[in-house]
Amino acid sequence: MIKTDVVIIGAGPTGLFCAHQLGIIGLKCEIVDNLDKIGGQCIELYPDKPIYDIPAVPKCTGEELTNNLIEQIKPFNFNFHLSDRVQELKNKNNKWLVKTLNGKEFETPNIVIAGGVGSFEPRKFPTKSAEKYDGKSVLYSIKDKTIFKDKSVVIFGGGDSALDWAIELSNSSKVTLVHRRDEFRGAPASVQKIKELSDNKTIDLITKYSIKDVKGNGSLESVEIKNESGESKVIKADYVLGFFGLIMQLGPIAEWGLNLDKKTIPVNTENFETNKKGIFAIGDICTYPGKLKLILSGFHEGALAARGCFKYARPDEKYRFEFTTASSTIKDRLGVKE
Amino acid sequence: MAKIKYIEFNGTEHEADVANGLSVMEGAIQNDIPGIDADCGGGMSCATCHVYINDDEWFKKLPEKEMGEDDMLDQAFEPKSNSRLSCQLIVSDDLDGLTVHMPEKQV
Repeated sequence: MIKTDVVIIGAGPTGLFCAHQLGIIGLKCEIVDNLDKIGGQCIELYPDKPIYDIPAVPKCTGEELTNNLIEQIKPFNFNFHLSDRVQELKNKNNKWLVKTLNGKEFETPNIVIAGGVGSFEPRKFPTKSAEKYDGKSVLYSIKDKTIFKDKSVVIFGGGDSALDWAIELSNSSKVTLVHRRDEFRGAPASVQKIKELSDNKTIDLITKYSIKDVKGNGSLESVEIKNESGESKVIKADYVLGFFGLIMQLGPIAEWGLNLDKKTIPVNTENFETNKKGIFAIGDICTYPGKLKLILSGFHEGALAARGCFKYARPDEKYRFEFTTASSTIKDRLGVKE
Repeated sequence: MAKIKYIEFNGTEHEADVANGLSVMEGAIQNDIPGIDADCGGGMSCATCHVYINDDEWFKKLPEKEMGEDDMLDQAFEPKSNSRLSCQLIVSDDLDGLTVHMPEKQV
C-alpha cells in the first residue's frame, strides 16, 4: 500500500502540470496512466503535430510539450505507474483506497482525474462471435510470438503494427493479411515488403475485405471475411489478430458515481472538485459552463485543483500563496541554488 | 447555411440548419444529435465522427478526402467505401440537403 497526498489519473499535459503545482505547494503524488509512455493524447495522437496555442510558446509539437513538462516536474521525483489503470475506488475514513489493474494499492485523501477522453485501448473486432476467443485466439497485441509457430494466422489492418507482424510472422507461420482497401498507411518500406511477400506467395494478401465472423468449436477454426458486394470467403485460422489502432474508453471512471454528462465530469470552478469529496477532475474530462478543451485551460484547472487537494492533505495547515520568483521554500522544493 | 439530415443507425432522423464554415460533425454536436462522438474534437485523430454517405451522387459531390482521412477511417467502426469523417466535411451552401448515416457505434 502506497500512502500519498494525491493520485493523479492520466499523465497527459494536464496531469503533468497539476503534478508540478502539487510539488510547488509541497504535496506528493503518484501518477497512473494506462499508456506505456508519458504524455497522453499529445504523445499518442499527435507527437509530431505542432501546437500553436500554448501561452508563451509560439509553436511546439506534442512530444516537445511533453518533454518540457517532464523536465519541469523532475525536481519532485514523482512516481509514474504506466501501462496500468485505476480500477477501483473505495472510501474509508475520508481516505480513498485506490486499486489498479496490476494490483497496486494507494491510500490518499485526493484523486485528480486528468483522464482526457478516457484511456487508450485497442479497437476490437465488431463481430460478437470474436469476443468468445478474445485473449485466447483473437488477439489485439502480441506478447509471445512463439505461440504462432507453424500456425495459420490471419491478420487484419493496414497500419504499421499489422504490416510489421505480417512480415515478422511470415517466417514461421502461414500468414494471411486482410485489409479493407488497397492502400496501406504503414511505412512505405513495409508496404513494399508486404507486396514482395505476396508476389512470391509467402503470405496471402487480401484487400477490400473485412471480418464477418469467426468460427470454431471450442477452439478457433476459421474466419469468414466479406467485401462490400456481399461476397464472402472462409479462411482457416488458428489465430486472428486485429490491429485497428487505439480508441478512447472511459472505462471504470464511469462507475464512480460522478454524475457524468456525455462522458465528461461536472466540476465546480473554484477548485475543480467533483460531487465526491476529494475527487477532482481537470482537463478534457471535466465540464463546467464555458469549458474550453484547451491545454492551457487544463493547466489552470490543475493549478486550482492542486490547492483544493492541499486542504484534505494538510487539514491542520493553512495554505499560503507564494510566487516561485520570491519564495525560498519553493526554490528549495525545486532544488534551485542561488 | 445548409440543411443537413443525420440518420441514426436505428433510423431516427434529425435535421439541423448548420452555418457555413462549421463541420458536419460540429452541426451534430451543437444540436445534441446522438451518434457522433467526436472524441478528439475535430483534429482528425480519433475516427469517432464517422458517417456513411449512402447517396452516391452526394458522395462524389463532397470535397475530396485529404491525406490522412482514409488512414483514420481504417480505425473506425465498420468503415466502407462511402465512409467519411464528418469533422472533415465543411458546410457551405453546396451541402444543403446532404444526408449522412451514422454507424451502429463509434467506438
